[in-house]
Amino acid sequence: MATTAIAANEIPKLNYLNNGHTIKSWLLTTDHKRIALLYLFSVTAFFFLGGFFAMLIRLELLTPEGDLMQADTYNKVFTMHGIVMVFFFLIPVVPAILGNFVVPLMVGAKDLAFPRINLLSWYLYVAAGALFLHCMLNGGVDTGWTFYTPYSTAASNTNVVEAGLAIFIAGFSSIFTGLNFIVTIHRMRAPGLTWSRLPLFIWSTYATSLVMILGTPVIAITMVLVVAERLLHLGIFDPALGGDPILFQHLFWFYSHPAVYIMILPSMGVISEIVPCFSRKRVFGYNFVALSSVAIAVFGFLVWAHHLFVAGISLYSAMVFSFLSFVVAIPSAVKIFNWTATLYKGSVTFATPMLYAFGFIGLFTIGGLTGVMLATIGIDVHVTDTYFVIAHFHYVMVGGVLMGYLGGLHFWWPKITGRMYPEAWAKLSALFVFVGFNLTFFPQFILGYLGMPRRYWQYPPEFQVLNVLSTAGASVLAIGYLLPMIYMLWSLKYGAIAGDNPWHAAGLEWKTSSPPPTLNFDETPVVTWEAYNYDEIPDVPLEVPVAQ
Amino acid sequence: MAQHEEHTTHSQAFYLLIGITLLVLTATTVGAAFINLGAFNPVVALLIATIKATLVVLFFMHVKGASEKLTGAVVVSGFFFLAILLSLSLADYLTRSGPMWR
Amino acid sequence: MEPEAHGPELVHQFSDVQQQKNAASLGMWLFLVTEIMFFGGMFCAYLIYRLEYFNAFAAGSQQLSIKMGAINTAVLIISSVTVVLGVKAAEAGKRKLLVGYLVVTVLLGLTFLVVKGFEYREKFEKHHVPGATFSFTDKFDDNGKQYAVNSKEAELFFSLYFVMTGMHALHMIIGCGLFTVLAILAWKGHYTPTYFTPIENSGLYWHLVDIIWIYLFPLLYLISRHS
Repeated sequence: MATTAIAANEIPKLNYLNNGHTIKSWLLTTDHKRIALLYLFSVTAFFFLGGFFAMLIRLELLTPEGDLMQADTYNKVFTMHGIVMVFFFLIPVVPAILGNFVVPLMVGAKDLAFPRINLLSWYLYVAAGALFLHCMLNGGVDTGWTFYTPYSTAASNTNVVEAGLAIFIAGFSSIFTGLNFIVTIHRMRAPGLTWSRLPLFIWSTYATSLVMILGTPVIAITMVLVVAERLLHLGIFDPALGGDPILFQHLFWFYSHPAVYIMILPSMGVISEIVPCFSRKRVFGYNFVALSSVAIAVFGFLVWAHHLFVAGISLYSAMVFSFLSFVVAIPSAVKIFNWTATLYKGSVTFATPMLYAFGFIGLFTIGGLTGVMLATIGIDVHVTDTYFVIAHFHYVMVGGVLMGYLGGLHFWWPKITGRMYPEAWAKLSALFVFVGFNLTFFPQFILGYLGMPRRYWQYPPEFQVLNVLSTAGASVLAIGYLLPMIYMLWSLKYGAIAGDNPWHAAGLEWKTSSPPPTLNFDETPVVTWEAYNYDEIPDVPLEVPVAQ
Repeated sequence: MAQHEEHTTHSQAFYLLIGITLLVLTATTVGAAFINLGAFNPVVALLIATIKATLVVLFFMHVKGASEKLTGAVVVSGFFFLAILLSLSLADYLTRSGPMWR
Repeated sequence: MEPEAHGPELVHQFSDVQQQKNAASLGMWLFLVTEIMFFGGMFCAYLIYRLEYFNAFAAGSQQLSIKMGAINTAVLIISSVTVVLGVKAAEAGKRKLLVGYLVVTVLLGLTFLVVKGFEYREKFEKHHVPGATFSFTDKFDDNGKQYAVNSKEAELFFSLYFVMTGMHALHMIIGCGLFTVLAILAWKGHYTPTYFTPIENSGLYWHLVDIIWIYLFPLLYLISRHS
């Protein structure tokens, strides 16, 4: 099959980036690649907003006394941090940015199934974000990102309604993205691209999309009920009016637990792309890794009440959910084993994406295992609502999702922009991220186990040393996040020209130019090979291209 | 009138028949509500409702005879995960020893 | 795979019309799954409270009008028939028949909403609307035995009644709007025997809204009606 022959030192003359220069051509685009960049811009902005709130939290927690802000303000700060990071960063980051860009390319399609719905998805995200910003500027919300009732419905006098509506709208952004991916993967695969030849990133994205479709509507109706209750004093969740606050928690976590699989599955997919490429080997146990994604998606719906162990559910149902929570860890472990086995006897290159992949494998393992600890009711009773839980989910969310995202962003950066990022700076940033992350969050495991509660703005003085370490780590982590902003922007103008396939990677996306033309392929590819056919790709010693 | 018979299109008479069946089932469920069946009243009501829904899904929404099994799988999965939500939540409420929040 | 001589405009991301049609259909089905889960959250709340507060829910249910509920159920069932016959007419290229069925569907939908309006008004008059004006003094009639019920629990029944039927009515309004647009476009000759995908897919939406009502009716109106 033909690809456009391009001299190695040239950016293709007409590509998706320069196909139309006006603002209108960007804001009314239906090109999935441009929409991915629109998301990149807005999601990154929200990431730094969430990071700003994190900084305020860590600054307050430098000292045991509540001296930087009042307790009520602190409640708002951690709530804002949670809502922004969960709904406006973690849920969309890999699917809406990397997924939108790469999925049609990987399946050999010209675009997603519904490009205009894709654009609508972005506008819904922006509308939700704008509504939430308005909510913030009006004093924010102080209920925690979990909106537990009856505080959120009856007692809190902050902007719960606006926040709830913002989340409702953001939910539909997510639903439409997932819908688009499922239809694209089912209906628009290139000739010869059977399910068993699909890249694992597609399998992960497909599993993620199933969760988006099945789970997100439940948070949508839950937010509607919260808003209705707050405005009309209905009493569905208010014990004073005959309601049950635990019902709210059931409905909330029915989505919010699978939501964490929406966050992690795409990142796992990214790792499944990076590890074989930089080990020059097929993924070990392709079928197991593919099916484990679907298994995680399905089992992820069966475990939500492990967030309610101490809320007042019956002991019998707690035991059922505890058991199911152990089971859901198994497919994740399968992936870890398979990636490790892929590395074994591979020809490993430590390029930046691979560094992030290594970071993911180690940190997700720690986060995942501490999750299994939390699934054990006896341990959970001791550490729930402490910093142990916070450390656990930051290990999987930051050590897992974010590392996978950064790895993927670096891996596909040459395809997206046509340029290489500066490898040395990227490696340095990865080091800052890894060291900073562990310094921030490992002490929190200890703090939690020793009993420091979460969401408190003051703490006993004996916890100060660990808190100071954590804040110091956060500063290092912040540098690790800021550096890529700088060098990636730098690379747009001064980075080495990447060429079609700088990594000599397998995958259809690497068979078109970097950046790709608007319609992705000059001719629709016909696939006759298995995924990750690294034994067939000429064994070129992998050198990371550097700037000339 | 010659009609283009696709495998998903039934005759007008067939659709009317399904419609009448649904109306009859509606009358049945109303009637059954007035008979004391004890704990089985809600069971019968939901059973009839499910039969009605199934008729609508299979024949009005053309799931029977659809070109791909995928359509049926999508429908089933939707109701399956709803069943998960309902049953696992119930597993909590039905095994509580105390009353619900007052 | 030649392009159809007359049919929909093949959009660039699809390789042929059949693929485009299959994609649209799958997309609509996935959206319907989200609707099932969306209403499902309310059904979950309803199920749990009905088990816990059975007497109050039965008393509340006994205050609803079976006649109006049954009429509405019949109206929706007939409208589903007109929808599916409309799709059949579209497939046969019978423009006027198609428009006729679409218009009748909208009228039936509006009938449903009007009856609903009467029901809501009745609830308002009896002070069964949750909130400051709520007052429930009726008892649960169980085979002749009268049980007093907790007013707050009854209010919860009506909260769920209004939220569930209200959300359903909102979806009916959207459906009526959708079918009005379809009727106008059909009148203008927009749909041909090879292209009537929006009618099919909108039909799927309408049928799902009907299915939701098929469950709402017995659950809300038919609790403990026997004597």
